[in-house]
Amino acid sequence: MRRTPAELVGAEPGPAHHIEFDGRPVPALPGQSIAAALWADGVLAWRTTRVGGRPRGVFCGIGACFDCLATVDGRPNQRTCLLPAEPGTTVTTQEGNGRADLAV
Amino acid sequence: MPTSPSEPVEAPQSARYDLAVVGAGPAGLAAAVTAADLGLRCVLLDGGRDTGGQYYRHPAPGLGAARPDRLHHGWSVYTGLADRLAAHERAERVRFRGGHQVWALERTADGFAVHVTRGPEAADRTTVPARSVLLATGAYERQLPFPGWTLPGVVTAGGAQAMLKAGLVLPGRRIVVAGSGPLLLAAASSLVTAGAEVPAVVEATDYLGYARRPGVLAAVPAKLVEGAGHGGVLLRHGVRLRPRSAVVEAHGTERVTAVTVARLDAEWRPVPGTERRIDCDAVAVGHGLLPQIDLATELGAATRTAPDGAVGLRVDARLRTTVPGLWSAGETNGVGGADLAIVEGELAAHAVADRVPKPALLRRRTRLRKFAELMAAAHRPGPGWTGWLRPDTDVCRCEEVPVARIREAVDELGAGDPRTVKLLTRAGMGWCQGRMCGPAVACLAGPGEPGPDRRPLACPVPLSQLAAGPSGEG
Repeated sequence: MRRTPAELVGAEPGPAHHIEFDGRPVPALPGQSIAAALWADGVLAWRTTRVGGRPRGVFCGIGACFDCLATVDGRPNQRTCLLPAEPGTTVTTQEGNGRADLAV
Repeated sequence: MPTSPSEPVEAPQSARYDLAVVGAGPAGLAAAVTAADLGLRCVLLDGGRDTGGQYYRHPAPGLGAARPDRLHHGWSVYTGLADRLAAHERAERVRFRGGHQVWALERTADGFAVHVTRGPEAADRTTVPARSVLLATGAYERQLPFPGWTLPGVVTAGGAQAMLKAGLVLPGRRIVVAGSGPLLLAAASSLVTAGAEVPAVVEATDYLGYARRPGVLAAVPAKLVEGAGHGGVLLRHGVRLRPRSAVVEAHGTERVTAVTVARLDAEWRPVPGTERRIDCDAVAVGHGLLPQIDLATELGAATRTAPDGAVGLRVDARLRTTVPGLWSAGETNGVGGADLAIVEGELAAHAVADRVPKPALLRRRTRLRKFAELMAAAHRPGPGWTGWLRPDTDVCRCEEVPVARIREAVDELGAGDPRTVKLLTRAGMGWCQGRMCGPAVACLAGPGEPGPDRRPLACPVPLSQLAAGPSGEG
């Protein structure tokens, strides 16, 4: 029986809350980043690229690569590996540059 | 001589600090607490919320981790430094400022203006004045592209570590660890300990590089113990180590489902006919670390190239860069690990305070630096790695520039250096500013050692903050 990371470190987290991802609730533990909450839910991609429309998610995990960008609470191009998953945070899969409203 | 706790140094909001330490990882933490011990008034700045940097990244308090040490080598060293920092903060000798990302250093008549962004709003700009600056900004991972490396589930080895250490999450259940360098063994060891299955650790070198300088190895027994510790964990979990091999392709459409691993020759060229497929749902990949030195190179600091081609800062025995008043400690001087970073942080603090360090500290630095050079030489990427690229493999992840466009720029349009390739193809012009594709573009642009990266802004800064102009520390 393999253990989990939480079991390894004897984690007793505070009560879970929820963020909203593309309109559905995703559980998050206090202190987790948005990206961590999505990984824990089995989600690996929350952006499509500008040119090829390809799915992307976390690559570097430390804020250097900008692959994990998403639209967070209406603001596009947010690095989800750095942003905490606060109760009620709304995350939307970002298409391209996330500025479709500016398209002409 | 430590300043007595009964003599707190007053640091009014607008006062100039004796020392601003940029980066609160092993080097920066050690530097800040040592400098405070020696009576300097310091500010310690980090883009992250907490101290520790990447190496000592740990779960947020809300996750209630009783045993964070189980994900770390040398955790008590960190808690020791963190306790000393807390004591200095209580006595107002050091201020730690988390969530403070430094985007530029500017020389002023009496020291430096340290320009900081704290968030997306115009009011989130801060400028910290300091007489001297110690750069401890660490490193990020070197990546070499391969077909499929942009698939979800393919992450950096350090990224897998960071997400695990901070968020207690894994990218998948069956994770292939690949690339080159000591971080691979550490990452694989953490992943299996945390419950992942690691079907293979795929390392491009044969580790024989370490055996060429046995004297250097023998002088750092702790490194051998650490390596043996990781090796023991991997052995117990039945992890197969595949030396002189590489992941030459990741398969999948919406996420990675398998990789192809091939043997490499001595030049890192894939050997035809040796391919084997390994099913997995994640890949953790990295090819060593690169010093993060943009803040210093923008001021004209001189650099040096390590045996693995990584460009770090040139410092003297007192950890001074060639820019007056600017010191540097740890990975920024060439990647060498946390132990070396701590020693250099302590040494640099002594130099800033104009105190003489203990000779043993200097000797320890010499031994660990020699090991760092050996490690760099052992994991130097061979030129044959480009043999696993295909014309449609994206090199620049941000701008989605494939190999074929870069080769066209070089072969048909005459680009002979990374900058010209960038201007012709946009490779390196995107969000990450070439941090991910830089080494690969340099290789494809032709022979010659790459120079230091130049980035006038070390991180994205909202235009509203640039327009706002400098403001006092908040």
